[in-house]
Amino acid sequence: MDFGFILSSAAGEIFSPTTAAYALAALGLAVHFGYSGLLNFGQAGFMAVGAYGFAISTLSFGVPFFVGLLIAVVGSVLFALILGIPTLRLRADYLAIVTIAAAEIVRYVVTTNQLTAVTGSANGLAAFEGGFYDMNPFPEGSYFGMNNRDFFIRFIGWGLVIVCCVIVWLLMRSPWGRVLKGIREDENAVRSLGKNVYAYKMQALVIGGIVGALAGMVFTLPRGAVQPANYGTELTFFLWTCLLLGGMATVLGPVIGAMIFWVVLSLTQGILYGLIESGAVTWLTTVQAGQLRYILVGIALMLLMIFRPQGVFGNKKELAFA
Amino acid sequence: MGAIASAVVAILLVAAPASQATTPSPTPPPSNQQFQNSISGFLRDDTRAPLEGVTITAKSGDFTGTATSGANGSWRIGVPTQGTYEVELDESTLPEGIKLAEGQANPRTVTFSQTSNLSVIFAFGKGIVIQQQDFGQNLLNRLVAGLSFGLLLALASVGLSLIFGTTGLTNFAHGEMVTLGAVLVFACSAMNLPFWLAIILALVGGGLFGWAQDSGLWRPLRRRGTGLVPMMIVSIGLALAVRYIIQFYFGGATQQLPFAQSTEIQIGPVSISPNNLWSLVISAIVIVLIGIVLLKTRLGKATRAVADNPALAAASGIDVDSVIRIVWIVGGVLASLGGILWAYYRPGVTFDMGSQILLLIFAGVTLGGLGTVFGALIGSVIVGIFVELTTVFGLAADLKYVGALFIMIVVLLFRPQGILGRRERVG
Repeated sequence: MDFGFILSSAAGEIFSPTTAAYALAALGLAVHFGYSGLLNFGQAGFMAVGAYGFAISTLSFGVPFFVGLLIAVVGSVLFALILGIPTLRLRADYLAIVTIAAAEIVRYVVTTNQLTAVTGSANGLAAFEGGFYDMNPFPEGSYFGMNNRDFFIRFIGWGLVIVCCVIVWLLMRSPWGRVLKGIREDENAVRSLGKNVYAYKMQALVIGGIVGALAGMVFTLPRGAVQPANYGTELTFFLWTCLLLGGMATVLGPVIGAMIFWVVLSLTQGILYGLIESGAVTWLTTVQAGQLRYILVGIALMLLMIFRPQGVFGNKKELAFA
Repeated sequence: MGAIASAVVAILLVAAPASQATTPSPTPPPSNQQFQNSISGFLRDDTRAPLEGVTITAKSGDFTGTATSGANGSWRIGVPTQGTYEVELDESTLPEGIKLAEGQANPRTVTFSQTSNLSVIFAFGKGIVIQQQDFGQNLLNRLVAGLSFGLLLALASVGLSLIFGTTGLTNFAHGEMVTLGAVLVFACSAMNLPFWLAIILALVGGGLFGWAQDSGLWRPLRRRGTGLVPMMIVSIGLALAVRYIIQFYFGGATQQLPFAQSTEIQIGPVSISPNNLWSLVISAIVIVLIGIVLLKTRLGKATRAVADNPALAAASGIDVDSVIRIVWIVGGVLASLGGILWAYYRPGVTFDMGSQILLLIFAGVTLGGLGTVFGALIGSVIVGIFVELTTVFGLAADLKYVGALFIMIVVLLFRPQGILGRRERVG
């Protein structure tokens, strides 16, 4: 078993573009749940709207990169409004069920064969990332062992993470953010102060959704393909695991949580595969080893929630639930 | 009975390796990976004798797969993705004197809908003309199928609704309780246990799982005073863990339960498969029984009292914990039964079959009113019928769940408490 390789590939996950996408999407969830108390179980839907909004506008209408980006963001805003209007006045668990249902509706719609010409149905879409890489300012060469394309997507992905973190941090220490936290703690108290709780919740849902859509783009660009199977409910649940790992009402929590999530997944995969190849473990196939990791994710999510709901960095006083 | 079962198993066993042998792929696959999706069918002439050695091709984009029918007339083509395929039967390979029936399209276009296996039937024989079902006929058939589907959904959602009503928990792991029933029946049948014993063991297993969940996880959490939202997230973790544990042992493929293949029979104006009819009758009887228990017995009254107000129920001498324990056991048994019926309805057993209908169960419960048992029943039947009817009115088969979920969101907009829910519950 090559421990050097296992460790280096686990370390590589820390700054991989997928980790950046998870960090962004979990940051959006932190705005929704950690700061506003909104139970959004449809973050995968926001990511899908972002990814497909960008891919379809690029492929079907041939728009330039930034127009595609704008369309993706507008799409996520509309999605948030559609979700928020019926549910934000209702109890938290209604929003949970509606968001998870809406995310699945998005996935079914982009999977259907009726729209194959636009969405590529189950095969998805590919070859829309050209406009993005054309903007690459880095000349060819080696950057920390990566080629210029890999370095560029990491640069942009993590740049976005930093920018969004700063924005969320500034927002949450502003008066607007304090009202939001007040809503999380006691909606009726804030309402009695004359604040429009519904509008504040809607704004939070939209902002978190935009971050989710950006995450969807960061997720899909390095792959050069967008496939509906990637945006199932599991993705949302993994994002929740990242959020709860790091701490839900913190800015850096979701980022660190996503890093821990991917490093642990990579480490367990490396170690399990290594054990299987060296013959030390014979009761496991490599396919089963992959499933074993997700069993561990589920158990980790349960244990976290039961024993350390504030996560690694969180403050127990700042939980969205008592 | 046993002979039929072993014949079905034998057919499955024959079909499985044949599919591996006859599955070509456009590019050499990295390993001898077998596609998880397949198009299959049986070729029989008008006297129901199997047709051997007939070549069938499925095409979609660059992918082309071919299969030759085996001695029992079965053929199976593994395909990489679920989608639309053009299936063509090579008429020159048909035995002498056999012709496709008049009006039988060849090649024909087929589309997957949710399941990983798609059966395609070719009709043979001179005098046989493909029946073009008229709209009314189709509507009636779909209505009955939808009722059957809705009632099996109701089995699962009544359990979910009882659990929600008595503990306040929105249980995302309920889909896995549904899967467990079907998987247990498959596992017991694979061990050559008699079919009836397999069903009983699966129901007992479902009840045990419900009991174990309550006493091992949810009751301690209630004792700790854990909030409802953290419990909901814990149930998501449980759902992930159990789903992948089932996949760990069961694998990713679709398996069939005994007697899964059945031909439709005609009852009056309706044509329905015997399995669907059984499913309809069984779930209707079970639901009536639950209704009687809830309305007439002491236990049922205690359950409704706990659902209404746990503190008040405890004060009037009801043992709330034991009521909740029974609700979990009954919920587990009902979910198991629903899962077995769902495995026949689809048909097929997969590790994620429960999570596929979890949202429809939620939709049924929400539509009827969260926490109301009879609301869950009505809501599920509406969802089931709606899912089946949308395909009659022109919605694509792979979008049929979308209609049900969409209706749920629309209902929340206008009547958030659901059909039978009370306004105050929504808060």
